Amino acid sequence: MIPPAFTYKRATSVDEALSLAAEIGEDAKYLAGGHSLLPLMKLRFATPEALIDIARITELSYITDKGDHVAVGALTRHHDVAGSELLKNEIPLLAHTAGEIGDPQIRHRGTIGGSVAHGDSASDLPASLLVLEATFVIRGPQGTRSVPAAEFFKGIFETALEPGELLTEIQVPKPASPNAWSFQKFTKRAIDWAMVGVAVQDQKVALINMGPVPLRAAAVESALASGASAADAAARAAEGASASSDIHASAAYREHLARVLTARALTEAASRG
Amino acid sequence: MSILGTRVIRTEDPRLLTAGGVYVDDLREPELDGAVRATFVRSTVAHAKITSIDTSEAESQPGVVAVLTAKDMTDVPPPPPVDEDAPPAPGPVPLAGKWQEPVLAIDTVRYVGEPVAIVLTDSTYQGEDAAELVAVDYDILPAVPSIEAALKDESLLFPAAGTNTAITGGGDVSDDSIFDGCDVVVEGDVINQRVAALPMEGRATAAAWNDGKLTVWISTQNAQISRLILTALGLAPEQIRVVAPDVGGGFGAKIGTDRDTVAVAWAAKHTGRPVRWVESRYENLVGMTQGRAQLHHVKIGGTRDGKVKAYRLEVIQDSGGYSRMGFFLPMLTNLMAPAVYDFPNVQANYKVVVTNGTPIAAYRGAGRPEATATVERALDWFAAEAGMDPAEVRRINFIKKEQFPFMTKTGAHYDTGDYETAMDQVLEAAGYAELRAEQKARRERGDVKQLGLGLASYVEITAPDPDAGETGRVDVHEDGTATVYTGSSAHGQGHHTAFAMLVTELLGIPMDKVEVIHGDTDLIPEGIGTYGSRSLQLGGSAVHNASLEVKDQAAKLAASLFEASEADVVLDTATGKWQIAGDPDKSLGWGQIAASAEGKTLTANVNFTADKSTFPFGTQLSVVEVDTETGKVTLLRHVTADDAGPVVNPILIDGQRHGGIAQGAAQALCEEVLYDADGNPLTSTLADYAAITAAELPSFELLRSETPTDRNPLGVKGIGEAGTIGATPAVQNAVIDAVAHLGVRHIDMPTTPERVWTAINDAQKGSGK
Repeated sequence: MIPPAFTYKRATSVDEALSLAAEIGEDAKYLAGGHSLLPLMKLRFATPEALIDIARITELSYITDKGDHVAVGALTRHHDVAGSELLKNEIPLLAHTAGEIGDPQIRHRGTIGGSVAHGDSASDLPASLLVLEATFVIRGPQGTRSVPAAEFFKGIFETALEPGELLTEIQVPKPASPNAWSFQKFTKRAIDWAMVGVAVQDQKVALINMGPVPLRAAAVESALASGASAADAAARAAEGASASSDIHASAAYREHLARVLTARALTEAASRG
Repeated sequence: MSILGTRVIRTEDPRLLTAGGVYVDDLREPELDGAVRATFVRSTVAHAKITSIDTSEAESQPGVVAVLTAKDMTDVPPPPPVDEDAPPAPGPVPLAGKWQEPVLAIDTVRYVGEPVAIVLTDSTYQGEDAAELVAVDYDILPAVPSIEAALKDESLLFPAAGTNTAITGGGDVSDDSIFDGCDVVVEGDVINQRVAALPMEGRATAAAWNDGKLTVWISTQNAQISRLILTALGLAPEQIRVVAPDVGGGFGAKIGTDRDTVAVAWAAKHTGRPVRWVESRYENLVGMTQGRAQLHHVKIGGTRDGKVKAYRLEVIQDSGGYSRMGFFLPMLTNLMAPAVYDFPNVQANYKVVVTNGTPIAAYRGAGRPEATATVERALDWFAAEAGMDPAEVRRINFIKKEQFPFMTKTGAHYDTGDYETAMDQVLEAAGYAELRAEQKARRERGDVKQLGLGLASYVEITAPDPDAGETGRVDVHEDGTATVYTGSSAHGQGHHTAFAMLVTELLGIPMDKVEVIHGDTDLIPEGIGTYGSRSLQLGGSAVHNASLEVKDQAAKLAASLFEASEADVVLDTATGKWQIAGDPDKSLGWGQIAASAEGKTLTANVNFTADKSTFPFGTQLSVVEVDTETGKVTLLRHVTADDAGPVVNPILIDGQRHGGIAQGAAQALCEEVLYDADGNPLTSTLADYAAITAAELPSFELLRSETPTDRNPLGVKGIGEAGTIGATPAVQNAVIDAVAHLGVRHIDMPTTPERVWTAINDAQKGSGK
């Protein structure tokens, strides 16, 4: 439960973080809230040689109204996302999702960018950002680029981020019907990762922990688009997913939960919207 | 007015909650200056022969002081030989002889986490790095990961024993005639799964060897028993001082101490350097003894009017890799098999098998919860088969109030009880009839969320070793203060508050002038410590009797100082003043009397033993909601009536009940230690081992009654484990009750969402058990 030795550097600006990353090379990892990376290091599953602590880069903590979208700095804590009046009014799904993560301690440490960059398909935020069709702003040695959420998650703990690149901002378009949302997280205990989760916004549906990456439930969405009822569309929730079996749930149970939770989410979103 | 029974705020808490306790890791004793850190190299495989251990690379690392293995333990005497045919020693001691457990693995490992080597380093961080470099070569043996695998005897943990079955015992269960004339007979298997004890503070030991004396600080429930265990190092008891500093919970897994502590203490003596070891949560989840792990086959029979005529319980205990307390636990399960019921015929037996899991020992309830869990399931099966309400079946079969004292068919000698009143209290407070009506309405509507009611009536045995007794010494000093020395051991229960209250009650010395000291064998060489809900009834009674002796001594001295007859001096316990009856103008304080005593201290040292154990009881009702589409269970209400005799302090008893119910509900709903087919632990982090949290629990509704026992002067029984014993089956029964109308007959614990969903599915397919 003790990580092997590593080098620790603290960056106080994005520029400094990027230059440290360039200096150290591929063996460096950025450290934000630490609630995903540090447990893996303590178990020696992750053994980065250097950590660049970006938690104190205050310029990356903000929630700003940009007219058609809201820009959220990558180092904004879950607690601040959950409590944002702007988000609660304009993008309630995002505020709600952030408030469902872990427990209060975790929400005060963990950051939206850290959660996204970690690329864990069991995390809550990626599914909501998928249905909100967010865009991730990335800075790196080559400058700034933007990646749509749909193209960001590549595989197990694998994202579009290249070594040295830093996720700096999440741009979330304001939904057409902000209230047409639902977030269904199924856990054994309140503090657990989702066994399965479903995020819905304006007839778009995404699934948590139903495969190696957070994914859109394409079959459900196309059924809805062609006029299927919520119940009939939800019956297709597990199509295209590849849930795994582990000590928490079997794949078959996860598929069942995906269908039940999708039906509930669609019904709730419709009743709200 | 008596202080007993009042809500005195815990005197321990200001220190524990503000300044913080001083746990083993916090100790800054001069003897521990420059202490090296111990890091264990633990087996990474469940079952294997060790072919070689190469410590050379680790030894060359920075900060490494020593890397020690069993081969270095040449300064420890071998365990005394055991006669091949000798029966196992009585009581909760490990099996020896062919089943012997070494301090460090010699040539075989039998569970993942077993200590193989010990690395001493200047700092904690160096320890884990160096431990990774100790190269242990294993020749893998087939794993025995379960009771079923153990019973096959194909792969043997102890080949010299010729079997994996370490012990068999109990009575004959072959006579089927006890079920003659029963027109309702139900039988089945009930699993009481393996769970982790999981105290907030894990195991921890610090040790220093100075001038022929070994001082060992241990996070333990029993300083004196730990000292006895440490004599295995070839030392006399008086060469060993054991100190239990603040201890962050134990739940039975810190009874005495285990091999890891012996290894740390030996390392200090062997190297002459003070050593400290504080385990990680991973080590805690694979290395600390675990609980339960029993498989039951139960058969119950009776008549259609709800009267049970015959009950049979067959217990198989998984003891893990070594049979520590493993064989003691099912004896208690057998003893308490018929629980609160007057069953005319009872049969019970047990066997203990070794498996490649973490060793099993006591865990809150230790053998008794398993008995209650199964009889309460069986009663519900019987009620369903007879078409009766579970409460009515319990009522019909209860031992009646007027039958006490009552000797059960399994030989338990119950003292006092009123089981029916406890159940009625709960049924009324919960609104049982209304809840059943609500359940019926939901069933008729076919609601997605169904309501379940689970009853569990329990009786348990507390102070199961009454003749072992407990020590208590009370000193009153010339400054008017008192000091209590108790052999009992506090690790969260509130001994300091309760024992000071006992002194204040009898002597009138205010609580803030009563200091309670425990857990230091130099100060308190004799004692047993804490387990089996024994502290108040044995340790408290010792303090009570010692206080009475001190009072007698004071009366004599007061009479002499007053130049009056002893019969004429009285103690006003409201003021703590001694007076001559009828003459309020003259008085003497405790300090003045103590000053006139020999050594200027009044002192009495008592070893209180009782003839028999005590048997607290109660009924718990759990109300759950089950989402029938997902299988998710929500605990809505938990109502209990507990009776442990007169209550010294309601805050303390309620604290015990809260924690106990939470742990019981946790076993019923979510906790389980799991292994894969190769014996690898799958629940070695708190992300995977689902300990319950406050978010899963409602506010508990606590009722109580006070039926005294005549087996100790305080009339008290134990309450430490009752909550767990009652809550586990109450919650499990509630979950099953919620889906019983769908054809579900049983769901094993933990009743996880998937298990509940699967049970509903199976029942709907018509394949339900």
